[in-house]
Amino acid sequence: MSFLAIDHMNKYFPSHSGDGTVCIFEDVTVKINKGEFVTVIGHSGCGKSTLLNIIAGLETPTEGGVILNGQEVTGPGLDRMVVFQSFALMPWMTVFENVALAVRSAYPDWSSQEIKAHVQKYITLVGLQGAETKKPTALSGGMKQRVGLARAFSIEPKVLLLDEPFAQIDALTRGVIQEELVQMWNATRNTVFMVTHDVDEAILLSDRIMLMTNGPSARIAEIVDVTIPRPRSRETIIEDEHYYKIRNHIIHFLVRHASHGHADESGDDAERSGPVEINFRDQATTTYEPAVTH
Amino acid sequence: MTMGGKSTQHPFFISVFFLGIFLFAWHVATISPPFDPTGKTDEELMVMEFNGDIMQTDDGQYVWNPEKEKVKGVPGPMTVLEKAWVELNEAFVIKGTNDHGIAFLVGYTVSRFSAGFLAASLVAILVGIILGLNRMLFRALNPFIQILKPISPLAWMPLLLYTVKDPKWTAVLVVFMAAVWPTLATTAFGVNSLRKEYLQVAAILQLSWFKRLYKVILPGAAPTIVNGLRISFGSALVAVVPAEMLLGELGVGYLSWIEWNNLDIAGVIFAILVVGTVGVILDSGFNKLAGLVTYRE
Repeated sequence: MSFLAIDHMNKYFPSHSGDGTVCIFEDVTVKINKGEFVTVIGHSGCGKSTLLNIIAGLETPTEGGVILNGQEVTGPGLDRMVVFQSFALMPWMTVFENVALAVRSAYPDWSSQEIKAHVQKYITLVGLQGAETKKPTALSGGMKQRVGLARAFSIEPKVLLLDEPFAQIDALTRGVIQEELVQMWNATRNTVFMVTHDVDEAILLSDRIMLMTNGPSARIAEIVDVTIPRPRSRETIIEDEHYYKIRNHIIHFLVRHASHGHADESGDDAERSGPVEINFRDQATTTYEPAVTH
Repeated sequence: MTMGGKSTQHPFFISVFFLGIFLFAWHVATISPPFDPTGKTDEELMVMEFNGDIMQTDDGQYVWNPEKEKVKGVPGPMTVLEKAWVELNEAFVIKGTNDHGIAFLVGYTVSRFSAGFLAASLVAILVGIILGLNRMLFRALNPFIQILKPISPLAWMPLLLYTVKDPKWTAVLVVFMAAVWPTLATTAFGVNSLRKEYLQVAAILQLSWFKRLYKVILPGAAPTIVNGLRISFGSALVAVVPAEMLLGELGVGYLSWIEWNNLDIAGVIFAILVVGTVGVILDSGFNKLAGLVTYRE
């Protein structure tokens, strides 16, 4: 049985005109194993952040549910920590206090010495030693998200939920932080569910990448196995023979669905058949062929 | 403070300059010319002396009666300064039930103001947080707030006096009514517009209700709440003076009125200056407090 399972989930929002509802996504079924890094890629508005919020317990699905470690998710909890796109650091607290707030909540029985040591450990892990007493205002976007990562890793959650974590960080810093995240993940082997726009980021970090069609009524159309051995780094990953196959495949998917939308492409048969699994290791082809049923 | 030296001196000198011009103009405008008896018959002079307008000095000259001068026209700056000197020398003297020194009057006003303002702030912040967190309740109660907010706090006075039957507490309640609405409205707004990520983090971290309140909601909404408090502060300061006048409660507002009843215009002007000074002192204290709780995003 999978560690984190999303089971036949639908989400409807009330439509803007007020009469009836809009389907955000439908029939989403995801199974994530313990220690797996899974990413969802899709265009804006396809409901991928909503999906993440539902796993976090911050939103509720219309139908279906989330099962984590055999238990149904009913609300937010310390076992599922979110790293927010907007960082969501409390601007009135210092870096240390921001992380300490989380540690204190996760380990209420710890002494202040233990809490201090634990907070310090994770601040050091993200390379922010010396900035403990700074307020988030005084930090760059990259440093802010390092605090966000330290806060998330420090409570040692069962599942880390990354909601476009590097979208607001400049491209050069983004690469550095992505690599730091790879190292942190290698050390902890957390189960991670990430949502992103960034194809390279997804390939660098993920074990599997789910491709979501455009909304409304978005679905997970394909699941791409990232058949690139770990440990990975930005420098070496592009040498891998599968890298550009995977990358082209994903970009092709995103462009195709952006220009056409999925409604005219997928008949009822495709929806019922569930996501197509893509694995380049099993394919002997050297030339790229879109592997999606038309 | 490298370039501060020169640039901070300039506005100070300009301030002094304008003050000098103002005092000089005031002085010139309020000078009354010495009594000139030419062209007046002895009979007319005698009538004026009977009326107390003029009096005869030891050497037989007629001059204006200084007692009547006090209530004729507006007193000049020197007269006000003399009055201030007298009052400040007697600052800690209690001469009678209604004649307390200026230090006592300031103390009464400040404590009355503080009691009303603090009570109003406490109530307004608590209710504001509840309304800010509950959109439905906010929308249900907002019409009442909108109706109650523009009512002058002094309009409540007769009703308050009738119900509490004590002018002392009525004055405090008038300050309360003046201070409660702006803070209430802005607190509700500030809590309501708190970035939802902060509350989401609090929810994920499973913070208790109390911790959520004083670790996230209060500090997060603090800058907005302080803005509301500032508006409340101003309107409470405006309300405390007429409340004292109307209720006859000892204080700086009352001082202004009692001097008017004494027809001591210099005293009235002195009282106005004291009200201004008290306002400045309270305001700077408030700003110091406000600086402690604000943050930048």
